[in-house]
Amino acid sequence: MASSLDIAGINKRFGKGDKSVEVLRKVDIHVAPGEFLILVGPSGCGKSTLLNIIAGLDGPTEGEIRIGGQNVVGMPPRDRDIAMVFQSYALYPTLSVADNIGFALEMRKMPRAERQKRIDEVAAMLQIGHLLDRRPSQLSGGQRQRVAMGRALARQPQLFLFDEPLSNLDAKLRVEMRAEIKRLHQASGTTSVYVTHDQVEAMTLGSRIAVMKGGVVQQLGTPDEIYNRPANTYVASFIGSPTMNLLRGAQPAGLVPPHGAQEALLGVRPEHVTLQDDAPWRGQVSVVEPTGPDTYVVVDTAAGRVTLRTDAQTRVQPGDRVGLAVAPAHAHWFDAGTEERLA
Amino acid sequence: MSTKPTPLPSLFPSVGRLLVYAVLALAAAFFLLPLYAMLVTSFKDAQEIRSSALLALPRALDWSAWGTAWATACTGVDCNGLRPFFWNSVAMAVPAVLISTVWGALNGYVLSLWKFRGSEALFGLLLFGVFMPFQVVLLPMSQVLGWLGLSSSITGLVLVHCLAGLAGTTLFFRNYYAAIPKELVNAARMDGAGFWQIFWRIVLPLSTPIVMVTLIWQFTNIWNDFLFGVVFSGTGSKPVTVGLNNLANTSSSVKAYNVDMAAAIIAGLPTMVVYVLAGKFFVRGLTAGAVKG
Repeated sequence: MASSLDIAGINKRFGKGDKSVEVLRKVDIHVAPGEFLILVGPSGCGKSTLLNIIAGLDGPTEGEIRIGGQNVVGMPPRDRDIAMVFQSYALYPTLSVADNIGFALEMRKMPRAERQKRIDEVAAMLQIGHLLDRRPSQLSGGQRQRVAMGRALARQPQLFLFDEPLSNLDAKLRVEMRAEIKRLHQASGTTSVYVTHDQVEAMTLGSRIAVMKGGVVQQLGTPDEIYNRPANTYVASFIGSPTMNLLRGAQPAGLVPPHGAQEALLGVRPEHVTLQDDAPWRGQVSVVEPTGPDTYVVVDTAAGRVTLRTDAQTRVQPGDRVGLAVAPAHAHWFDAGTEERLA
Repeated sequence: MSTKPTPLPSLFPSVGRLLVYAVLALAAAFFLLPLYAMLVTSFKDAQEIRSSALLALPRALDWSAWGTAWATACTGVDCNGLRPFFWNSVAMAVPAVLISTVWGALNGYVLSLWKFRGSEALFGLLLFGVFMPFQVVLLPMSQVLGWLGLSSSITGLVLVHCLAGLAGTTLFFRNYYAAIPKELVNAARMDGAGFWQIFWRIVLPLSTPIVMVTLIWQFTNIWNDFLFGVVFSGTGSKPVTVGLNNLANTSSSVKAYNVDMAAAIIAGLPTMVVYVLAGKFFVRGLTAGAVKG
């Protein structure tokens, strides 16, 4: 049932002539059957436009969208066999929950009995069986989210699209639904594309992540690749919290840029900086932030300000002079000019 | 959203509150007085009208003026009362109201949820129709009706009222639908619904308040219209407003005020009834729950 998705050479411009705005440039992504692709980036990076182009709600200026090998550009959304979960849920306000879930099946003229069976299955899967007679206005935010998921699941489509589906939920519910989406994807195995600006959602849900900025895919890779081998400083600082330390200029002792590059940016993640009394790289503690399991320590050094993560038992105080150490294996080097990864 | 607890209503309203009520009561009396005068006059006979005060209650409920106004009063040469005119108006207003409302709903649906290149400009042009004085179109309209072979017919009047009301009904629906989230239409498109299915299943069920507003608005306009009625109607197609005018202007020697008043109330009754019946359906907030909330 799972289909592949090819995003091939997609360009998108809004407007005509000199005043046109380029929102997507040469986007090429192959999504294997059953894969869960994340499109992540700040607002305005083109990720939602790309999703709408896949859905058929918008058309590309150039390029092809192929589902299961077939080019679907120009094909209306209803013929693409794609289900989409919207940020606002977009539940039909005058229809009951059951009719919301069964709407697409009704449009495809599925017999009533079969439709009812499918609705009941989906409702059981999402634990919303007791809500089937209600209207969307009588549901809580989390329940609406479940119904929106149910509406997509009931269709058993070739492709799932998610447009920031969790961003209207409160933090606790978001974590819960995130796990739920992961579970449902593992159960159904349907190829999915998921748009978010939340890096935690991206890392936890995605089998692969496309980090986007300014209409261009900055890096496409597994969560592990994105985290451990960021392609440029943008990806490096977008993924990870607190963000990666980027140090320009004077390099701390013991760390040498590859190929003898003179001008290089050093990137180090906070969890890879350790406090070490006898280290030659010295600095003064300016802020100590306990978070419970970890404590973040901000240290001012000659090379720049460094945030590091340490355990909760740390005894450092603001004003302390400390030594910092970084294992060479954990150093990320970027070209000082292009900010692209070196080696 | 935090709401402050509302204080319990006091048993004795404040002076300010009393003043407000007094002003409201006065205004209500002012606006209801003409209707009251018409009503009491319609139940008096000619002699009593002359002898009693305008606002005095009738000595007895004499319905004869109502019967006369309805069935036997003279409106020029014919003496069949308002009845034939009344039914002409019904035959004209009902289809014209329904067609112009449905047509406006479709226009509004397209102009707000299926925008196309130039749709905003088209809507701007349509708005001219809202502000255009209808006297301007009388001559060309009469020409067109002639070409269509609809001169002096009820069908012709229906057409005229549909066209005249279309700009307004489109404006109502377009602005109402502008508040419907575009994602709702997109979701339905993804679910496989087409243009008409989205309209019937998703959009129209959300439209009860604006449909009611439009129905009342259009019915009041079309039923009360005199201009088109007097210009475009023929012998057998005159609406009740024209009939009322003819009835009031056809008097032999004595002016039958009681008949005139009864006729005027009969002519105005349907709009009042429509308002009372449909006004209840002025419901709001049906879209609540469509978006986050």
